[in-house]
Amino acid sequence: MNQATAPALSYASDGASIQRHSFGHRRSADQDAAALPRHPVVVVGAGPVGLSLAIDLAQRGQRVLLLDNDHQLSTGSRAICFAKRTLEIWDRLGVGDAMCAKGVQWNVGKVFFQGELLYPFNLLPEPGHDRPAFINLQQYYAEAYLAVRAAELPAIDIRWQHSVVGCSQQADGVLLAIDTPEGRYSLLADHVVACDGARSPLRAMLGQESQGRVFQDRFLIADVRMEIELPAERWFWFDPPFHPNQSVLLHRQPDKVWRIDFQLGWDADPEAEKQPERIRPRVDAMMRAALGRAVPFELEWASVYTFACRRMPRFVHGGVVFAGDAAHSVSPFGARGANSGVQDADNLAWKLDLVLRGVAPRALLDSYGPEREDAADENLLNSTRATDFITPKSAVSRLFRDATLDLARSHAFARRLVNSGRLSVPATLHRSPLNTPDRDGFAGAMVPGAPAADAPLADGRWLLRQLSPTGFSALVFGADGSAEVAESTVAAESAVVAGAEGLVPVHVVHLPAEGLAAERYDARPGTVVLLRPDQHVCARWRAPTAADVAAALRRALALD
Amino acid sequence: MPLVTEPNLDAPDSFYEALIETHRDLTDAQSHALNARLVLLLANHIGRLDVLQQALQAARASGR
Repeated sequence: MNQATAPALSYASDGASIQRHSFGHRRSADQDAAALPRHPVVVVGAGPVGLSLAIDLAQRGQRVLLLDNDHQLSTGSRAICFAKRTLEIWDRLGVGDAMCAKGVQWNVGKVFFQGELLYPFNLLPEPGHDRPAFINLQQYYAEAYLAVRAAELPAIDIRWQHSVVGCSQQADGVLLAIDTPEGRYSLLADHVVACDGARSPLRAMLGQESQGRVFQDRFLIADVRMEIELPAERWFWFDPPFHPNQSVLLHRQPDKVWRIDFQLGWDADPEAEKQPERIRPRVDAMMRAALGRAVPFELEWASVYTFACRRMPRFVHGGVVFAGDAAHSVSPFGARGANSGVQDADNLAWKLDLVLRGVAPRALLDSYGPEREDAADENLLNSTRATDFITPKSAVSRLFRDATLDLARSHAFARRLVNSGRLSVPATLHRSPLNTPDRDGFAGAMVPGAPAADAPLADGRWLLRQLSPTGFSALVFGADGSAEVAESTVAAESAVVAGAEGLVPVHVVHLPAEGLAAERYDARPGTVVLLRPDQHVCARWRAPTAADVAAALRRALALD
Repeated sequence: MPLVTEPNLDAPDSFYEALIETHRDLTDAQSHALNARLVLLLANHIGRLDVLQQALQAARASGR
């Protein structure tokens, strides 16, 4: 039996040891079981999506088997931009603080055209949010922190180097065949979630395809370590003198590592471009433009990639559900890959849990499909538009692109057209069957389907941190525990309590009817906003009755 | 809102002269670029997607 010999990972592990870390293969008791082993949930793929999902399920008390075909975490920085919504989800999973403590926080981006600064932009122009618009963090750190958190949860059984090689749907579950260094075994699962990446072997095993556009372009990622004094901002160059006719993106990561993306064009030789002697002059030229001088640097990691914008027509296939890149893939412009994958996990975990408990019917799980397919379409649309702007596909497309950039120098309207990536924001699930349509008049962004907005509360507390980490929450406005409580608020709270009776627990959060939280939710005394376990709004009222609340909960649980 | 295709320019001949004059001494490439900037400026002034879509269709349909 092989045991992992490396020291255990911790929140303090450095990047080099994380990337070197081998989890080692362990023989599972399932391999020697007399009868076919059965598992309620098997998650395939221990990347950011699979780990997040496993943690979420385990926090809800579900037993999770997590299989990965490798014995190591991500090599190279890969996904580096983690968005506010992802951090809020990770807060719920207990790793948000670790991610933010290590990550480089940023809100500002700058756009350059032909060597000249066109304009800066701020992705989080309004104050009053616990988490920043983005942190930059190498994917191996994100995975390591998730793996450390997963190891704290005994309900998660992670098996490294257990590679799924067969998958068939049967009347009594999903039969998986699994290869290990010590031979093959089989098991039966009630539910399988495929988080096995853009080239998803499970997708192929089920004879499914991801459909869409492949872009004929190549990009070089160079991660370089250097001592420079530049702010933590996203710098994007269109057609810079140091890399004519192409785009370049510069981002700061932790550990004095800088991510540089060079667009290379379709004709570039991916092997040749990965060589340090080809990369060095490119970086030197860029630094002369950015800093006025070349600086010494160490090349950490380089990769040449192409990308596609595509998705599976449906994400739910009987007992097998697809999440993350396995279900949909986007161009990297906009950081919509890993971020949308973590949102998939966020959407799926509570549904799977309630279905496994018998609280909700199969239809709740099925709602994952249309909700996340809509979200994927939004991400694909944004990602495709950004790609078409960054890499125009025709002479006239290039003409309008450059015209937009020329106008952006002095005309504010054109800056709104410049598209160097529309950076990841969570989808509002407008069409969700789980939403209760508004009956009362409301203004603002917190429509049914919207992810709950954060807001600062008294004593340095934050709204999202007051929500139930696993269940439904009801924001009841008009009472903050200290001031005189309005009659309408008392009635609203009674309606919530009575409406939830016999369905699911609903955690009541008292909020004042004045201040930023009330503003963001357009709330008055007696206003109630009902939030799903994944913090999306599913209903809101000015003065609900118990019957209103019960009906909305039944709808959100797909009971009707 | 319907796209206005009835006469609406307060000084049609002067506008046309100014349009041609704006392109004086430009190469074809420079003129194309100017036209692109002009389209974007006018589109922003109009502002409404439904009107712009009608204009895009009318322009496409009127070509030979």
